[in-house]
Amino acid sequence: MKIVVCIKQVPDTAEVRINPETNTLVRDGVPSIINPYDMHALEAALQIRETAGGEVTALTMGPPQAEAALREAISMGVDKAVLVTDRLFAGSDTWATAYTLCKAVEHIGADIILCGKQAIDGDTAQVGPEMAEFLDMPHVAYVRKIDEVTNNRIVVQRLMDDGYDVVESAVPVLLTVVRELNIPRMPSLKGKMAAKKAAIIRLTAADLKADENSLGLKGSPTQVKNIFAPEAKTNRMMLSGTAEESIDQLVKELAAMKCL
Amino acid sequence: MFIKVNREKCTGCSLCISSCPYDAIVLHEERAQITPLCQLCRACLGVCPEGAISEVAEASDQKEKGQGSGVWVFAEQRDGVIAGVSLELLGAGRRLAGQLGTDLSAVLFGKVGPGPEELIRWGADRVYYCADDSVANFNDEPYARLLADLITEHRPEIVLAGATAIGRSFIPRIAARLHTGLTADCTSLEIDPETRDLLQVRPAFGGNIMATILCPHTRPQMATVRPRVMKPAEYASDRKGEIIPVSAAQAVSRTRVVETIREVSEVAVNLADANIIVAGGRGVGGEKGFALLFELADALGASIGASRGAVDEGWIPYRHQVGQTGKTVGPKIYIACGISGAVQHVVGMQSSDIIIAINKNPEAPIFNIATYGIVGEIAEIIPLLTRKIREAKGL
Ligand SMILES: Cc1cc2nc3c(=O)[nH]c(=O)nc-3n(C[C@H](O)[C@H](O)[C@H](O)COP(=O)(O)OP(=O)(O)OC[C@H]3O[C@@H](n4cnc5c(N)ncnc54)[C@H](O)[C@@H]3O)c2cc1C
Repeated sequence: MKIVVCIKQVPDTAEVRINPETNTLVRDGVPSIINPYDMHALEAALQIRETAGGEVTALTMGPPQAEAALREAISMGVDKAVLVTDRLFAGSDTWATAYTLCKAVEHIGADIILCGKQAIDGDTAQVGPEMAEFLDMPHVAYVRKIDEVTNNRIVVQRLMDDGYDVVESAVPVLLTVVRELNIPRMPSLKGKMAAKKAAIIRLTAADLKADENSLGLKGSPTQVKNIFAPEAKTNRMMLSGTAEESIDQLVKELAAMKCL
Repeated sequence: MFIKVNREKCTGCSLCISSCPYDAIVLHEERAQITPLCQLCRACLGVCPEGAISEVAEASDQKEKGQGSGVWVFAEQRDGVIAGVSLELLGAGRRLAGQLGTDLSAVLFGKVGPGPEELIRWGADRVYYCADDSVANFNDEPYARLLADLITEHRPEIVLAGATAIGRSFIPRIAARLHTGLTADCTSLEIDPETRDLLQVRPAFGGNIMATILCPHTRPQMATVRPRVMKPAEYASDRKGEIIPVSAAQAVSRTRVVETIREVSEVAVNLADANIIVAGGRGVGGEKGFALLFELADALGASIGASRGAVDEGWIPYRHQVGQTGKTVGPKIYIACGISGAVQHVVGMQSSDIIIAINKNPEAPIFNIATYGIVGEIAEIIPLLTRKIREAKGL
């Protein structure tokens, strides 16, 4: 069983802010981390390897610095790490990102591909399903439990807005996972040692035999026109007095707005 | 296109460096320099007080615009019930079609009693309707294939779908297949009167920033749209339109839904669709505290949410979790009880219309974003609030 986990290095967005006066991002000293959802994808891959056997490859597309994310994945126990990096990839939207990752997966070979539900910077949740289409594979998004894995069939639970579906899929398949799936393991001491020494496989656009017109900005149908701060809520009101008084005031406000 | 720093104008003040979400600007020989980390997100344009940063167009930016006309809405149904967001999209689609001087079509997969007629009454001029059993239940591949084929045949210029579990799962496959752009989870849609392009506004970075996304060259422009932000159009029971039957001959699926489990809970957990959410955090104190919240939710007809703290304590299951690691919600009223207001929680609920915070700590950050704040103990405030609301509603 060949398993590929797609991981993305992201700024820890909880700490990214917009300065409302200048309308610019403030990210002084914001650390880069592995996208939190991808940690669960990594854990799922390692668990599948433990039961079904096989090999786990961590794959990332990004700048040379993204190597740090791959080393962290190795410390958790993945067998191989692939960094897809090229100046030509700059400005990729989800279409170009998924196309590039698809080319890399074709290069590596995979029976099961695991992605996070979404990356916490772009927040689109589109790369996984788009990759599946490029690879002509089925996919199941929002996987919250993996019930059964064999060489040609997998049964998983997919989180829906009103509950969940039990879904059976043919293998090869691509899954995007939610946090409920598992608790990612901590790196072992041995893993950390291995991570320092491990060789990272590097692939460029030329290695992937990718169509240049489908890469980076050129291959991206969408463009970010501008960014700005979310509207701040204005009418703030602290309700004071005794508990009863403040509640009366609140209920009155709600009733006035026809919320009851 | 690429971003350039004019070294003559740059004073080395570093303002642009902190504006870059990707750490792609460095100081080199006391001047700003763009590194290969640049993702061309344009966050730095306009930051520079000297006007030293600009975008430079390249020949390869020039592309011909794709052709298409008409606005389409994918009308999502589950168990034969059309999702609320689909009606909201018809409202938004009606407005966009009006601005573009074109018409509005809905696409409906799966048999829904008076479904197509209803979609017309909610604003559609035309409904592409596939009543085939093979698409009664959602599966990504047949849905993507069928909708992609219809788009290829009829060439709409805009395609909208709900940013629901279903929409966000299968619409990306269509974007990939048709090599066109898809904007995720939009909260506002407008037409640029000059270019006729769709201006798609969406939150990114966990809701900390908003971005306007364009799909300037390819058609259709596709977007998934967050539920509960658009307004449905006026329902007109005498509206007439055209229903075009579609067959699902090509529907092959390598996935199969074996079983569908609806969350059975007295109070709905469908947080995405909830009008009112009562949410609890560590400050609720335990399962007993949550029982009080359930009573309040019952009085209000609300759903129950929770912060990660309460879920980690085991007081309430994960499916109720709101925030960066849980669900993103945007109800009309969000009542945060005993929730401190850590950013990871706030990013999941800050787009709520009215936020009511109840916390015993007057310094809790949740009060910074609250519309109404009450400082007090959960055990005291909640039962009283429940009683008063029941009284006000005459229950
Ligand atoms: C403000 C802003 C808004 C944007 N909005 C859009 C938009 O609406 N539509 C659009 O097409 N693009 C958009 N983009 C571009 C998009 O963010 C990038 O293409 C990004 O690299 C991939 O999308 P994502 O971060 O949303 O990933 P998601 O699709 O959310 O990621 C899902 C999973 O895919 C895998 N994955 C994603 N990227 C990589 C990678 N580089 N290497 C390995 N695995 C990966 C991971 O497993 C991840 O968990 C936007 C960019 C910005 C800055």
